[in-house]
Amino acid sequence: MEQIAIIGIGMHPFGRTEGMSGQAQGAHAVRLALQDANVAWDQVGIAYGGSQDAGNADALSNHLGLTGLPFINVANGCATGGSALASVVSALRAGTADIGVAVGFDKHPRGAFNPRPADWGLQDWYGETGLMLTTQFFALKTQRYMHEHGISEDALVRVAQRAFRNGAITPHAWRQRELSYEEIAQSMPVNLPLRKYMFCNPAEGGAALVLCRASEAHRYTDRPVLVRAAVMRTRHHGSFEVFSPALAADMAPAPTVTASLAAYEEAGVAPGDIDVVQLQDTDCGSEIIHLAENGFCEHGEQEHLLREGHTDIGGRLPVNTDGGCLANGEPVGASGLRQVVEICQQLRQQAGQRQVPGAPRLGYTHVYGAPGVSAVTILEAP
Amino acid sequence: MASDTDALHTTALLLCEVGGRPVLLGSRCLACGEHYFPETDSCTRCSTTDLTPCELGSEGLLWSWTIQGFLPKEPYNSGESSETFIPYGVGYVEMPSGIKVESRLTCADPQRLRIGMPMQLVSIDYGQHADSGTLRTFAFAPVGSTSNLEAY
Repeated sequence: MEQIAIIGIGMHPFGRTEGMSGQAQGAHAVRLALQDANVAWDQVGIAYGGSQDAGNADALSNHLGLTGLPFINVANGCATGGSALASVVSALRAGTADIGVAVGFDKHPRGAFNPRPADWGLQDWYGETGLMLTTQFFALKTQRYMHEHGISEDALVRVAQRAFRNGAITPHAWRQRELSYEEIAQSMPVNLPLRKYMFCNPAEGGAALVLCRASEAHRYTDRPVLVRAAVMRTRHHGSFEVFSPALAADMAPAPTVTASLAAYEEAGVAPGDIDVVQLQDTDCGSEIIHLAENGFCEHGEQEHLLREGHTDIGGRLPVNTDGGCLANGEPVGASGLRQVVEICQQLRQQAGQRQVPGAPRLGYTHVYGAPGVSAVTILEAP
Repeated sequence: MASDTDALHTTALLLCEVGGRPVLLGSRCLACGEHYFPETDSCTRCSTTDLTPCELGSEGLLWSWTIQGFLPKEPYNSGESSETFIPYGVGYVEMPSGIKVESRLTCADPQRLRIGMPMQLVSIDYGQHADSGTLRTFAFAPVGSTSNLEAY
């Protein structure tokens, strides 16, 4: 199968940028990615992208230039970026175009998301009686997981501590202040067992990639990152998903598990081969669950991994080296591609103070979100 | 259980009454036997559309729980402000068929909630609406407790 490479990466910093639309932040990310790839916008033959709350991706052409290219809008919630990337990879493999762009951006209102029940196929009572909150879901899932696998609150605190520690050495991170164990452990109970500093916040930002066939990549850059796998999957009956008035008697594995297995198969590698990892950390419980669901440890082993520092930048399994969603916030459409940009920087050894030592060769990204979608990529160093 | 007739029962259609006690209503798939809450017309397990209404029961075991610690945005309609908001419990309760139903809990004390504890279905008043008056919904209470007194 034709190999595809990432030849350009770009980001608009996550956080809050008053007076700048989500689309403008997306266009900014695309411009930087084009610059990084030494490619002009009119050379791009196909683009996929999307946002949740900041409009259509094809409107970015109004910023970047109306070149007539096929620009396809993607709307897959948290997997928007991953779906866009997987689609560009397929299009390039099929020979649809020589150069493709994947872009994600967003700009959410402050505070928790407030979805409308009807948009999710649910009746009004579910929202009216106070059951339709993403934070509740993450807490309920974490509570059950901790009960089944013997994980204590200590592990939750350590995930947040590492995220903010890494954020503090990431120049483009939104949250750059390290937090003490006590500050996290004693922060406001939002949805127990999860507290204020254990949740990421909706935010703004943009992230973009330029890709081409690997055989052509050296025409544009001497540091192409190979896409060994780019996979997106949706839920099966019985998985524990957000906005579920009920859960099935017999539970099924999460879409993360199926996306992850498909990605390892496509890349022909195993979890033990991965050198640097990005996992969806909407909240500390999610990251803990995702460590096992993506095959990096057994269920219940996470507490030990975290306590021993194995997931730190200098550890044997560095996770969320840029502070993840916890330190960067979550602009839903952009979040998955922020992960890919960070892994590319790590594999290109351009991550500065947060660079994983020892020239990492294989990187991994994982997003998961409503209404039960997951996207996984496996990337290889130049 | 509260019985004031002016209350608007937001979730009345999800329940029936058997011997003066509320019972949750759902669906059962005639092809594969899977249970659903609330009622539905398609089975996501076997992709058929032959479902029949059924009773899911009034008692179960607490499967997971959390405490809602901040005032939800709209469409939550309790009428509270962030100053008057009272945290409430939320959980999944495993019913006899194995289905886990999401519900408010009458107890919001993390010291008293335990996974596996027996719970019973009740009705609670959860808010006030300018036009409709008292708002009522279903909830689960620890077995042996008096539900409304705990919540309010």
